[in-house]
Amino acid sequence: MPMIELDNVHKSFGANRVIRGITTHVSKGEVVCIIGPSGSGKSTILRCINGLEGYDSGSIRFEGIPVNRTAKSITAVRTQVSMVFQRFNLFPHRTALENVIEGPVFVKREPRADAQAHGRLLLERVGLADKVGAHPHELSGGQQQRVAIARALAMRPKAILFDEPTSALDPELVGDVLAVMRSLADEGMTMVVVTHEIGFAREVADRVLFLDGGVIAEEGPAAELLTNPRNPRTRDFLRRVLKPL
Amino acid sequence: MQGFLKDSIEFLPILLQGLRLTLIVTAGSLVLSTALGLLWALMRVSGVPVLAGIAKTFVNTIRGIPIIVQLFYIYFVLPDLGISLTAVQAAIIGLGIAYSAYQSENFRAGIEAIDRGQVEAAQTIGMGWGLTMRRVILPQAFKIVLPPYGNIMIMMLKDSSQASTITVAELALQGKLIASSTFQNTTVFTLVALLYLCMSIPLILLVGHLERRFGRR
Repeated sequence: MPMIELDNVHKSFGANRVIRGITTHVSKGEVVCIIGPSGSGKSTILRCINGLEGYDSGSIRFEGIPVNRTAKSITAVRTQVSMVFQRFNLFPHRTALENVIEGPVFVKREPRADAQAHGRLLLERVGLADKVGAHPHELSGGQQQRVAIARALAMRPKAILFDEPTSALDPELVGDVLAVMRSLADEGMTMVVVTHEIGFAREVADRVLFLDGGVIAEEGPAAELLTNPRNPRTRDFLRRVLKPL
Repeated sequence: MQGFLKDSIEFLPILLQGLRLTLIVTAGSLVLSTALGLLWALMRVSGVPVLAGIAKTFVNTIRGIPIIVQLFYIYFVLPDLGISLTAVQAAIIGLGIAYSAYQSENFRAGIEAIDRGQVEAAQTIGMGWGLTMRRVILPQAFKIVLPPYGNIMIMMLKDSSQASTITVAELALQGKLIASSTFQNTTVFTLVALLYLCMSIPLILLVGHLERRFGRR
């Protein structure tokens, strides 16, 4: 059984039909990158998977549990599917370590000492062992995003959703974040990544979805889709992303 | 000047009794208005239309009625319904309810100033509404709300004098009583004004300090 299943999902914001029938699935351990032009619905579909947005019709299931943002079961989904945001969304009033242990301590009710030990380990793993006590405003964007990844990992999730995790970063900070994501993928973490980093998608993704106008215009193994796209719209998009001038 | 000092020494003990009541009424209504204001604000942002509607209606009704009329209502009308309160109790409840409307608007503005991404981050680690409020939103809103809260405190201190209209012998009423029996208007009301300043100036300085400390973001 696939871990995440989407079946004919539709979603509108008012008259704007953002998602127009998306069917796909993500298996355990798979890394799926979603690419596509702005407004194609890629962030929206990601946000539907953990119920940050509702959807109008179709179905989304996580390990068989229907994702319904108004049902009690949404907590179970969210504690197993973490998310990393474009703008980090760290809690500014808490230190890096406090950000990381917030979910384990207050949602999963882990003993604080255990959560702290695990949290330190995770911050070390994303290369921020020396920033445990720093507040978000004392950290660079790249460091904040790595704290956000540690916060996501602290929930011991089965899958992580990344919503354009490097789009708000200065170019020289992108590499550190991508390196952490790559190591997660190597360890077998299930990941769905909305990204403009085509190089990352080519190297790390198992499968790439190209979204255009709220539908999957092309889908396939990363190497194949990105080097040899069949759909002319994919080809056009990739040409513009890779050679913007 | 010597006369002023002599009269002051005579009047001060009585005025200080009034000051004590002023402080009691201010502190009591501050606590009540804060609790009620927070309740209205949380109802407003709860996302439950019925709760939001009730809170909004209540706040607008309260805002639309002068404090003095609310005090009269609680002190003079409630006994007709079988609820009798002492003047001080009525003053605390009346001012507390009246000010809860302003408190609630301040709290709501603070809560709504927090970035939407904070709520989403809390949701994605599985937090429900209550936990999100307690751990994520309110601690951040607190800093935004604090300077205006200080201003509300100063206004409440001064508006506690309205309790005099329902026979609470607080500072202003004590002053008026002494003045009308001794005809020492200048001395008495100068003292009353100075006593109010002694209480409000520390608060004003505190608000200034809070604005400097939390004003920058």
